Amino acid sequence: MSAKKITMRVTRYRPEQEDAPTEQAYELEFPDDWVVLDALNYIKDDVDGTLTFRWSCRMGICGSCGMMVNGEPKLTCAAFLRDYYPAEIRVEPLQYFPIIRDLVIDMTDFLHKLKAITPWIVRDEEKPLAEGEYLQTPAQLADYKQFSMCINCMLCYSACPVYGHEPEFIGPAAIALAHRYNLDSRDEGQEARQQVIASSEGIWDCTLVGECTEVCPKRVDPAMAIQRTKVATTTEWAKSMLMPWGKQ
Amino acid sequence: MKQPEPEYTYPTYHRPIPATWWLRDRKYFLFMMRELSSFFIAVFLLIYLYGLSLLSKGQAAYGQFQETLRSGGFTLFFVVAFIFAVYHSWTWWSIMGKVQVVRLGDHKVPERVITAVALAGWVVASAVVLFVFTR
Amino acid sequence: MDVPKHDVLIVGGGGAGLRAAIAAVEADEHITVGVVSKVYPMRSHTVSAEGGTAAAVREDNTDSHAYDTIKGSDFLADQDAVEIFVKESIDEVIQLEHWGCPWSRDPDGLMSVRTFGGMSVDRTLFCSDKTGFHMLHTLYQTALKYDRIAWYDEWFVTSLLKDDGKICGVTALNVRSGAIDAIPAKAVILCTGGAGKLFAFTTNASIKTGDGMALTYRAGGPLKDMEFVQYHPTGLPGTGILITEASRSEGGHMINREGDRYLSAYTPERMELGPRDMLSRAFIQEMRANRVFEGPYGEYVHLDIRHLGEELIMERLPFVRELATEYVGIDPVYEPIPVRPVVHYMMGGIHTDANAKTPVDGLYAAGEAACVSMNGANRLGSNSLSEIIVFGARSGKAAVEYASEQEFPEANTLSQMAQAEKKRIEEQFLKPRNGNERVATIRRDLQLAMEQGAGIYRTEEEMKTACEAIRKLLKRYEQVEVDDKSSVFNTDLIAALELGYMLDVAEALAHSALLREESRGSHAREDFTTRDDERFLQHSLAYQTPEGPRIEYLPVSITRWQPEERKY
Ligand SMILES: Cc1cc2nc3c(=O)[nH]c(=O)nc-3n(C[C@H](O)[C@H](O)[C@H](O)COP(=O)(O)OP(=O)(O)OC[C@H]3O[C@@H](n4cnc5c(N)ncnc54)[C@H](O)[C@@H]3O)c2cc1C
Ligand code: SF4
Ligand code: FES
Repeated sequence: MSAKKITMRVTRYRPEQEDAPTEQAYELEFPDDWVVLDALNYIKDDVDGTLTFRWSCRMGICGSCGMMVNGEPKLTCAAFLRDYYPAEIRVEPLQYFPIIRDLVIDMTDFLHKLKAITPWIVRDEEKPLAEGEYLQTPAQLADYKQFSMCINCMLCYSACPVYGHEPEFIGPAAIALAHRYNLDSRDEGQEARQQVIASSEGIWDCTLVGECTEVCPKRVDPAMAIQRTKVATTTEWAKSMLMPWGKQ
Repeated sequence: MKQPEPEYTYPTYHRPIPATWWLRDRKYFLFMMRELSSFFIAVFLLIYLYGLSLLSKGQAAYGQFQETLRSGGFTLFFVVAFIFAVYHSWTWWSIMGKVQVVRLGDHKVPERVITAVALAGWVVASAVVLFVFTR
Repeated sequence: MDVPKHDVLIVGGGGAGLRAAIAAVEADEHITVGVVSKVYPMRSHTVSAEGGTAAAVREDNTDSHAYDTIKGSDFLADQDAVEIFVKESIDEVIQLEHWGCPWSRDPDGLMSVRTFGGMSVDRTLFCSDKTGFHMLHTLYQTALKYDRIAWYDEWFVTSLLKDDGKICGVTALNVRSGAIDAIPAKAVILCTGGAGKLFAFTTNASIKTGDGMALTYRAGGPLKDMEFVQYHPTGLPGTGILITEASRSEGGHMINREGDRYLSAYTPERMELGPRDMLSRAFIQEMRANRVFEGPYGEYVHLDIRHLGEELIMERLPFVRELATEYVGIDPVYEPIPVRPVVHYMMGGIHTDANAKTPVDGLYAAGEAACVSMNGANRLGSNSLSEIIVFGARSGKAAVEYASEQEFPEANTLSQMAQAEKKRIEEQFLKPRNGNERVATIRRDLQLAMEQGAGIYRTEEEMKTACEAIRKLLKRYEQVEVDDKSSVFNTDLIAALELGYMLDVAEALAHSALLREESRGSHAREDFTTRDDERFLQHSLAYQTPEGPRIEYLPVSITRWQPEERKY
């Protein structure tokens, strides 16, 4: 396999050593089928063991390896070096997130938001296991399936200037997941979720940039989830205004 | 009972966002333009409302106002505002297919069809308005 | 810092660990549970499981599921454990359904089932071909409901703490801050997953380094049946990315260079749906007969799913298409997928009984890290995802019961132990020591030794060589020098600690393999080509000693199914 040479400029930030991030260039040869993550691993294993980043599955499903590659949020295990060659590649930590070290961002904020949207099935009454599963037709499944595909990779947050400027914004993935449970025929928890979703940090913060959907590696389409939630929320509100007796 | 979470701290670095962030990327630029379009549309509406209020003060006042509007500066403003209004509307109707699920029986109408119908509706409505007012 | 203490502490946030956590808090409303995981729980490797989860939910019966599992295991599974498993897996998959798992559905709204290798009826539930992903996220999101579960995300467990012969907590490295603390607990459950990273060519993620197995081994507990390593017949050459067995259960064909469905010569009745050990061996036979393709990453055969059509592929196997297109540039709708056998799963692991209890007091284990054993010498595809929820739940309940009779250990004793551990790690890794060995170099040599000594076919000579190689690597490991001496997010240090775990597990594995002088399930020897029930209808148990592993044997529990010849 032919080997080509490429330069990678990687963000370094060692909190015990420096006050602000810097950049370090590595030059390396790569075979045609290497992804950016392979190059980082090569550097870590053979050149500089201090380079720090997260990864695990190397098959685009665990959601650990998101980084900015030439300014775009990407899963580095699915970003091929050959697609950037012969230009230099810039690898930075996902933008808008605080940096813990090098390419590792702090995403604890998202975990709080995730919990806040009640990401579980809520029911008034549970059916006993002995009575088997809840029936759900393929069409009912298809209603929410797309929104259940989120791998929590944070690329969409990193593409969202609203999140960048207002970190309180609940953000694309969390809203998409709230939408996923709201659409699930087994769920009755819409009201609990609505309080968070329709709050000032919720859907109305979104100003329709649409980039979240563009960068999502799993085609979750969070922008669609947000817009649909807006429509649904407005319709609910209008209904309750026009027909206050209808809703109890 | 509430579980005590493990508490610990670690330092993090917050990157500043440069004021020019929206110039770095075409998509962000278009997004900012869309935001900016709201400004022009708002100013246009204010002018329009002002004109309406003059109408109630009589023909003369309104006529003079109309004269002012014919000046080069205002014409330029209207052209720009018009372009922004078209752009804003276009983006609005384009996402219609995503926002609104339309069902015919069991069948979901494809997003593209909804968007196309919405855009066509918009064009037709604009044409009707244009026809009625310029007749 | 002051770490809270927990009645039950679970190490591992994969399917087994999360199921254990929920079972534990539900078993007793007064207790608290801690979940320690070296990666965020939803990154755990359960996320990558594709094909499905077996349970006899439909026109099926548990005896048939039990028999298939036992036959698949080449009669090494403990039949009492299997009987528990097949019964409880039904409620467990329904429980997941109630928690929101998006199982694929039939038109009438019932959960769909597909056929799977070695299963005589359709009993594998699935969520398209991202079953593990959906199970893991469902479990994680459901677990968030419980305020009594405390999350130790990105904490790396470095040792088990023992007081008076009983487990009383763990020491863990807080990856983000770099601190090493003791986390006290009355009972500990290890759900740390498998050890596929012992091999270079594997479907397993970087985190699968056998940590829990090594922790137990070092704490004096035995590792059971370590010689049984599952090779999955269909991995992508080069990356080792798995192409799920579901592609064959949906009707895919395995084709050799001659254009033949060569499995007719090996598993004529079940063809592509024979058990994995046999299919992987068939590949080697074809290779020896020169009937395979040659590629830059070694020999391969074709997995052809073109005849299934784009619509079915998009509905049932979209991830297969995504992976093949992304990683080898082949769209399976139009071209056959190149595949070769790849290390996939550890049948062996921490020795437990059917309640997930290990011989060490206060220590429990579940999931791929554990060996109950219900998989024996060869696991059937889709039994592992059900195993992790069945025995995950059982371990949670059993640990709570045990913990209710225990006291918390003295805070003083614990902080002393934490200090000692901190000192050990600092001395061994963080002080400059002019070591001349790199973590990555030793890891590569280990993977090479394992590949040569613990492959699909094994010989005494190869295995002996591997044992010796591992001994030498253990010596070299003492000279390992990490580049990174800092505290915050030191992944270089973690890699070094993981390498230590891998070496211990590898040694147990190689020695267990060497001493099993028979061929059974995935352990196929060229010098002992048949199964020997006389001598080896037994589990191996490896204990750590300074001189190397000591191997003992334990009889298999047989209830209703006598060993017979295994044909498919
Ligand atoms: C690609 C692939 C596809 C598969 N497909 C199927 C399938 O279709 N059907 C099926 O039945 N099985 C399948 N399997 C097998 C099955 O997925 C696994 O056996 C199972 O998911 C293991 O789950 P677990 O909870 O035991 O471990 P994991 O999910 O691996 O979790 C291990 C956890 O332990 C934590 N941990 C480990 N070490 C430490 C430490 N030192 N300190 C702190 N935390 C630690 C990790 O952070 C992680 O949270 C597949 C496996 C692979 C690799
Ligand atoms: S919505 Fe898409 S981009 Fe956002 S976190 Fe989920 S998978 Fe990643
Ligand atoms: S390493 Fe898991 S998504 Fe990239």
